[in-house]
Amino acid sequence: MFDTTNAKKLVEVRGLKMYFPIRTGLLRKHTGDVKAVDDVSFDIFEGETLGLVGESGCGKSTCGRAILRLYEPTEGSIKIDGVEIAQTDFNSLRKMRPTMQMVFQDPQASLNPRMTLAGIIGEPLSEHSKMTSDERLARIYELMDAVGLNRDFANRYPHEFSGGQRQRIGIARALALNPKFIVCDEPIAALDVSIQAQVVNLLEDLQEKFGLTYLFISHDLSMVRHIADRVAVMYLGKVAELAPRDEIYADPLHPYTKALLSAVPEPDPVAHDTANRTILQGDVPSPANPPQGCNFCTRCPVVMDICKQIEPQFQEVRPGRFVACHLYENTTKTAEKVA
Amino acid sequence: MTDTHLPPAETARARSRLAMAWDSDVGWSFRRSPVAMISAFVTIALILAAVLAPLFAPHDPFNPATLNLMNGFTAPGTPNAFTGDSFLLGTDDQGRDVFSTILYGMRISLFVGFSAVAFAMVLGISLGLLAGYVGGWTETIIMRIADVQLTFPAILVAMLIFGVAKGITPIEYRDEVAIWVLIIAIGLSDWVQFARVVRGATLVEKHKEYVQAARLIGRSPLAIMLRHILPNVLSPVLVIATISLALAIIAEATLSFLGVGAPPTTPSLGTLISIGQGFLFSGEWWILFFPACTLLILALAVNLLGDWLRDALNPRLR
Repeated sequence: MFDTTNAKKLVEVRGLKMYFPIRTGLLRKHTGDVKAVDDVSFDIFEGETLGLVGESGCGKSTCGRAILRLYEPTEGSIKIDGVEIAQTDFNSLRKMRPTMQMVFQDPQASLNPRMTLAGIIGEPLSEHSKMTSDERLARIYELMDAVGLNRDFANRYPHEFSGGQRQRIGIARALALNPKFIVCDEPIAALDVSIQAQVVNLLEDLQEKFGLTYLFISHDLSMVRHIADRVAVMYLGKVAELAPRDEIYADPLHPYTKALLSAVPEPDPVAHDTANRTILQGDVPSPANPPQGCNFCTRCPVVMDICKQIEPQFQEVRPGRFVACHLYENTTKTAEKVA
Repeated sequence: MTDTHLPPAETARARSRLAMAWDSDVGWSFRRSPVAMISAFVTIALILAAVLAPLFAPHDPFNPATLNLMNGFTAPGTPNAFTGDSFLLGTDDQGRDVFSTILYGMRISLFVGFSAVAFAMVLGISLGLLAGYVGGWTETIIMRIADVQLTFPAILVAMLIFGVAKGITPIEYRDEVAIWVLIIAIGLSDWVQFARVVRGATLVEKHKEYVQAARLIGRSPLAIMLRHILPNVLSPVLVIATISLALAIIAEATLSFLGVGAPPTTPSLGTLISIGQGFLFSGEWWILFFPACTLLILALAVNLLGDWLRDALNPRLR
C-alpha cells in the first residue's frame, strides 16, 4: 500500500472550476454555464496512482483534461511539480509539457492516421529535443521495446494495428519525453477484456520502472481497485469522497460511494442474489442547473433538511479520508452555519 | 506482439509508392471502372498534347510571320484554292491552322484552369483551416464573406474582378496581364467551395484525440493545422479540385467567349469559339466546331474523372 505520509505532492489541484458557457440566440448571449468541474481540490503524491471514478458525464474526463490545460480552466490553481500552470501562457506551458502527458481513451482516434508509428512516437522528441535523426530513431526503438512493440513496425500506419497495440503506441508517445505525471483517461475502456489486463499490467510495470505518477480515470471500479493507491469519487462535477483504496472499498462513507460500490457486479451468483444493493432513484441532475445545497441531495437515500440548503464542505474527516457530506460534518459547525 | 509471417519493414519500404497506389482500394476501383480509365486516358492525352504543342502543331499560330492570309477559310482536309496548302482541321479567317490553334489554345486553357484551381485551393484551404480550427469571430467573418460571395454567380464575380483589374492596368500591359487577371478572377470566385469543405472537415478532426495529443506535446496551432489536420482533410479537397478544374476551364472559356478573357492574339479555347461563332452562319463551321468539341471532350473527361474520384473516396459507396 502506498504510504502518503512522507511523499512529495506532485500535483496540487485547488478549487478547480471548468465551466462551459451556454450561448443562445442570434447574438450568442451568455445565458448559463455547464458546470462540468465545480470546485475540485485534491493532491496527487509522487509515485502513486490516484483513481478517479464516477458515472458517465460526471466530469472526470474534463477534470483530467483541465489539469493538463487541454481546456482553459475557469478558476482555480493547478500546480504540477511545484509550478503553477492554471493560467500560464503558451510558451511557459510548452516548457512544462514534457512533465505531464496523457494516455487517451480511444486508441483509434488518438493516433493520426496519416503518420507512421515512428512519426507519432518521434513527434514529441523532435518538438522538445535537438536529437539527430539517428538518436531519435534509437530513442523510438527504445520506447517501442519498453511498451512491447516489435521494432519492425516502425514504418507502419496506425490502421495496421489492433486496439491493444495502438494503445501501446499511445503509451509510448506519452512516455517519449520522460514525463513524471500521466493522466490515463479511460485507457482501457475501448479495449477487449483480455487486452485490458495486458495494458493495465504494462502501465503498472512502466510506473515501477520510470517512477511515474498516474491519474487513472475510469468507470471500471474493479480495475481501479486493482491499480489505484487512492480513489476519488466524482459526482456531478464535484469530488464526493477521496480515500485510500482499501478503506474506500471496505468502508465507503459518502452515500453516493456506497451506492456506486454496491453496483459493482458480483461474480458469485449466490452473493449476487443476496447482495444488499442501494438502488438510486431518479437521474443525475443537469450540470447546467445543479440542485441547491449538496448536489447529491435529489437522489440521496439518507437526505436531511440541511442538505437541500447548504453545500457540504469537502474536508478530512479521518486521517487521509476526505468526504463532502453533512453526515460527517461537525454538528456544532453546521448548526452555526444554519444560524 | 511479434509478427513473423509478414515481410519485414525493409521490403515494405522498397515497394514504390506507385505500386502501392495501384494496389490500394482507389487503384482497385480505378481498374474496375472503364469510364475512369477512358477519362483518365483522354485527360492525360489532351494535357500531353497541350504541353507538347510545339512538337505536334504544324504551325505556330502565335507567330504572324508564318501566316498567309491567302490561306484563310480553308475547309478541313481540302487544299486551298489559291495556295494549294492543305490543313487537317481547316483554317480561320486569318489563315491560322485550326488544329494548331486548338493545341496552343488548350495550353492556355489548361494553364489558366490549373493555376486558378491551385490559387483557389491555397486560399480556400488556408481560410477553411483557420475558420475551422480557430473558430469564434475569425470563423464568423470568413464564413460570412463566403456566404455573401456564394449569392453571386461565380462568373459574375470573375467578370467584376476582371473589369476592375482591367480598369486599373495601363493599356499597354493589358494583354500581358490578362492571363494572370483571369487566373485570379476565377480563383477568387472558386475558393468558397474549398473553404467550406475544409472548415467542415476541420471541425470534425480538431476534436479527435490525436489533435489533443499534439496540443499536449506543445505543438503550435499552426503546426497542428498543417501537420495534423491538413493531411486528414485532403481527400474531399482532391475531389473538389478535380471537378473545379473542369469548371475553371469552362469559366475561362466563358470569360474569353464574352471577350473579357484571353486576347485574340493569344487565343484560348474560349477565344477560338468566340471567333468561330462569327462565321457559323456563313458556312465556315469548322472554325467553331473543332475548338468547341475539344473543350467539350476536355471538360467532360475531367468531370468524369472527378465523379469517379468522389465515389472512389467515399467510404460509404465502397
